[in-house]
Amino acid sequence: MSMARKNSLFSFRSLLIVAWIMCGILVLPALVAIPVSLTPKRFLSLPSGELSLQHYATLFTSDLWVGSAWQSLVIATSSMVLATGLGTFCAVGLWRVSSRFSELLRVVLLLPLIIPPIISAMAFYRTWVKLELIDTYAGMIVAHAILSSPMVMISVSAALANFDVRLEQASRNLGASVTTTLWRVIIPAIKPGIFSGAIFAFILSWDETVVALFISKFDVYTLPRRMWDGIRENTDPAVAAAAVVTISITLIAMLLAFWISKRSARHLESA
Amino acid sequence: MQIGRQTYGYWLMTAPLFVVVVSLYGWPILSILWLSVSEPAPGLRNFAKLFEDNGLLHLIWTTVRVCLITTVLSVTAGYLIAYVMNFALEGQRRWLMAILLLSFWISVLVRAFAWLTLLSRNGVLNNFLVGAGLIDEPITFVRNELGVLIGMVHYMIPYAALPLFTNMHGIDGRIASASRSLGAGPFTTFWRIFLPMTRPGIVAASSLVFIISLGFYVTPAILGGGKVLMIAEYVSVQILVTQKWGVASMLATLMLMGVFGVLLVLSRFMKLSEAFGAR
Repeated sequence: MSMARKNSLFSFRSLLIVAWIMCGILVLPALVAIPVSLTPKRFLSLPSGELSLQHYATLFTSDLWVGSAWQSLVIATSSMVLATGLGTFCAVGLWRVSSRFSELLRVVLLLPLIIPPIISAMAFYRTWVKLELIDTYAGMIVAHAILSSPMVMISVSAALANFDVRLEQASRNLGASVTTTLWRVIIPAIKPGIFSGAIFAFILSWDETVVALFISKFDVYTLPRRMWDGIRENTDPAVAAAAVVTISITLIAMLLAFWISKRSARHLESA
Repeated sequence: MQIGRQTYGYWLMTAPLFVVVVSLYGWPILSILWLSVSEPAPGLRNFAKLFEDNGLLHLIWTTVRVCLITTVLSVTAGYLIAYVMNFALEGQRRWLMAILLLSFWISVLVRAFAWLTLLSRNGVLNNFLVGAGLIDEPITFVRNELGVLIGMVHYMIPYAALPLFTNMHGIDGRIASASRSLGAGPFTTFWRIFLPMTRPGIVAASSLVFIISLGFYVTPAILGGGKVLMIAEYVSVQILVTQKWGVASMLATLMLMGVFGVLLVLSRFMKLSEAFGAR
């Protein structure tokens, strides 16, 4: 094998180096936000020499930024809870009923993932105007929950695929109702899938921009929406500080998801 | 009857999400499609504009061109990464996978902002190049099609690499070894054996990337700087600024037809749940 590799046009080692460089390019550019956020100047620039935390001070004291971050947090958390609840129940239901109709159902429920966000935004905008949900927390929460429910469905369905159906049957045969079986047998077993689905739902809402641009205006102004304004005006380094905060939250959420999946893998091995 | 009673509870569990999605999402989407043939007057007037208005054709051509280039470049780059991951040692593979997933989840807005900071005329890269005396004038990387392509390819590479890796991982490694021991060189083995076996992965990755690219809004709007107008941004101006729902919904209908057209072609090659569900 090593002889053969020497004969090849590109050695595997050089391919490996190229792949690492590409992966570096995938994540490193986003990190430029860190030095820019520490600049002492009032415009977007790299700091030369001294560093300053003034833009973080702006971020954490300005009513506009703090208000937006708080709204984003409330909306992301609420839509996560809603999407996780609805998505989990639905995934468990679909798992036990299988027919042509349930396959069709699955496809319909994955639509929010497949349809381009701009079209979803148009649809929400027009309907939310009629329902007077424009520029309200409820409107944003429901829209984000609908968009993130497929994530929960996929994650929970993957967990269910590894769950032994006979445990469910045993529980039912021993006289437990669907409800008892659900809470005492199924949900404990698929917890990791539910949690990681919930985390994906949270990140999706926390970062969501396009739908927010359509269905929020004055009262509701999420963090991505405020960052969008800042980037288009291209002046305020507070945007860089906001970007750093956003990346940190994504990173924490990802590490959490990773930790959960690792723990459940260990749990499976020991069981 | 017994079976019916047993599954009744489970059917009921699917109902809440189904009702919410159909009434607050499916129905609104259908009403947008309906608008394309009913607003401002019933008929195909909105679609006829495609043949009268060169601006609209230009818009569609720009979008399709950018999406095609994005697809080719990001699937090529994703293929290389997936290939290396497939043959790398376990430790390296895990790290590469972690990086792919991380970049998968970094906000599209943050990434567009980062590229703007790095590549604009007085951005980090130009300042460095001018400062080092390598160039006299700053290079225009962004606020043009190049900027849009950089941003979009960068965003789409993980979407291409992940399905490709899943596909490659399912291929029996002994087949390549057999080809080598029968005397084929590494290049022949790759070209005649490995590449054809990864065709399903390439088809799935290309379709996925193309579909997602079609609807891109944030990246072209920020990195195109108004000079590269793609369908999504045009639609948003039509609705939020001029309130012209007819043309906007016509373009949305075309976009959806494009998306489902690609999915239909894809479904002839493989089960859609396999193409996307594996992730």
